[in-house]
Amino acid sequence: MPKKSMRDALREALHEEMERDDSIIVLGEDVITHGGPYAVTRGIDEKFPGRIRQTPISEAGIVGTALGAALCGMRPVAEVMYVDFATCAMDEVVNQMAKVRYMFGGQTDVPVVLRLPSGSARLLAAQHSQCLEAWFLHVPGLQVVVPSTAYDAKGLLKTALRGKDPVLFMEYKRLYTNECEVPDEDYAIPFGQADVKREGRDVTIVATGPMVPKALEAADLLSPEGIEVEVVDTRTLVPFDKATVFASVGKTNRAIVTDEEVKRGGTSAEIASLIAEECFDALDAPVKRVAAAEVPMPFSPELEKLVVPKTEHLVAAARELVG
Amino acid sequence: MPVEAPSAEKLLDMYARMWRIRLFEEQAEYQSSQGKVMGALHTYIGEEGVAVPACAHLQDTDYITSTHRGHGHCIAKGADISRMMAELFGRSTGYCKGKGGSMHIADFQVGMLGANGIVAGGFGIATGAGLAAQLRGSGQVAVCFFGDGAANRGPFHENINIGAVWKLPVVYVCENNQFAQWTPQKDVTLVTDIANMSPAYGIPGVQVDGMDPLAVYEAAGEAIARARRGEGPTLLECKTYRFHGHNFGDPQQYRTREEIAEWSDNRDPIKQLAAHMRDAGILSDEQDADIQNTVQEEITAAVRFAESSPYPTPDELYKDVYSYDIG
Repeated sequence: MPKKSMRDALREALHEEMERDDSIIVLGEDVITHGGPYAVTRGIDEKFPGRIRQTPISEAGIVGTALGAALCGMRPVAEVMYVDFATCAMDEVVNQMAKVRYMFGGQTDVPVVLRLPSGSARLLAAQHSQCLEAWFLHVPGLQVVVPSTAYDAKGLLKTALRGKDPVLFMEYKRLYTNECEVPDEDYAIPFGQADVKREGRDVTIVATGPMVPKALEAADLLSPEGIEVEVVDTRTLVPFDKATVFASVGKTNRAIVTDEEVKRGGTSAEIASLIAEECFDALDAPVKRVAAAEVPMPFSPELEKLVVPKTEHLVAAARELVG
Repeated sequence: MPVEAPSAEKLLDMYARMWRIRLFEEQAEYQSSQGKVMGALHTYIGEEGVAVPACAHLQDTDYITSTHRGHGHCIAKGADISRMMAELFGRSTGYCKGKGGSMHIADFQVGMLGANGIVAGGFGIATGAGLAAQLRGSGQVAVCFFGDGAANRGPFHENINIGAVWKLPVVYVCENNQFAQWTPQKDVTLVTDIANMSPAYGIPGVQVDGMDPLAVYEAAGEAIARARRGEGPTLLECKTYRFHGHNFGDPQQYRTREEIAEWSDNRDPIKQLAAHMRDAGILSDEQDADIQNTVQEEITAAVRFAESSPYPTPDELYKDVYSYDIG
């Protein structure tokens, strides 16, 4: 099976789905001239002329226009250059996109996908490095997807492009170049199905996005010590696959929840409280969380590295839980 | 390209629609005073001369977006007043199954893409509707109704610029009623003629007396035809006035009774259209009475429908959050 990067896998998903469905269009800043800052939309203009629109720097306009087109028969994929800039379109995301199906009594589908480059990378400091999943998973009506591998990214984007509801598709910048085996054949990964990336009996790490490879690394490091880690990749936060997470915790009786978001009020808080509420009797120890420091992202590499959670934090947390 | 004057039939239809809005709104206020209509209520009384003649150029396949003051746009675009009234009553037979209320009535069947509780909330939706129409080459147009208050929000700028640069078939219609909720426009805006903002976007700006339905008919007709021809958006400003408060119950301390009377006594768009039609020999006293009686009966029937409809059942709560069940 060929190996592909997440960037290439996402690009393939877009091309294949645009081939299949004429109503898919792409909007965003620099999406033609540069293929977006991470080159995901490169090549679309040549292959699908007229179906990609390079926009002004107007995030509210981009998201609002994408939503309007979605209500009128199109399937827009809007790239918001950095998830940080989605804050400039919060009315469109939170008050409009998330609400229109419900507040209009189910009169319309809302097939719009926002692609949102996220997380730390390249020392981009406070306004280009955030992880905002928790902001969005708090809002009923939105779906939140966070792939951790090229394979998952392609399959999940295909599902996003075939659905009827808004999707906030978090693309972690650090993962764009990560490669894995990705088949050439068509496949889609349903939402609401977490993936057990590694089986183990001693402790469960529930990981999201960029923390999945780190959790797997931690599992490799801990195995020789006799600590067998089970790594559950959430893949989608809304809808959320409670069953797989709870089954794993039921087996290992210990849980670490990890993501790259600021810890306070982050996704890890939601997942940890779900486990506490519904798996309390299965737990042999309190749930641990490994997430980012509660500060704006600093610029200097010496400071940035203190913010982003690392493999060693997971290793230490697992040792504490099992020891 | 001159806009053809409306036919007698068209004028009669417009006249009936304007009365439908007026009497619907009066009834909604009455029902609100009785505690039957709940929640916020923003009436369109006095502004009928904008939405009705503008929508007279549209088909069901064309799109409009609306505001928090949306009942007039719904009726102008052809929504059913019984389902509207049922929505105001919070009943399951309402347009939104009782989940939307006054500020969120929509009728996608007739291209009414929703009233909107967020000031300037319609700009993106209308611009996107225009993009969809342009990509399909369908000849559809989108009309974005908004108030003078919305012109001070960012989406006005971002979306008109996008509509202009892509030459989208969208007409941005400002209903300048001179008050942003309880604040006079002139207190918060130096450029009070919104049409004058159009050069910043490279599109035509047209200002018209929004109390004169025939003037609006002509100006909107030209702008909509221009959009259909693929020549892009127009910023059409209609100077208008709401005869009642921002919301039902508004004590209106920001304006005088004399000012309100000046507009409602002398510039009422319904009276102006009636006078024109009488002069043209299109409307007799008898016809006028017939139209008003018929509309009044429709309103009475709408209230009966709303009152006799059931409230939504608890199982509705988790429906329509997504396309799939989360119950």
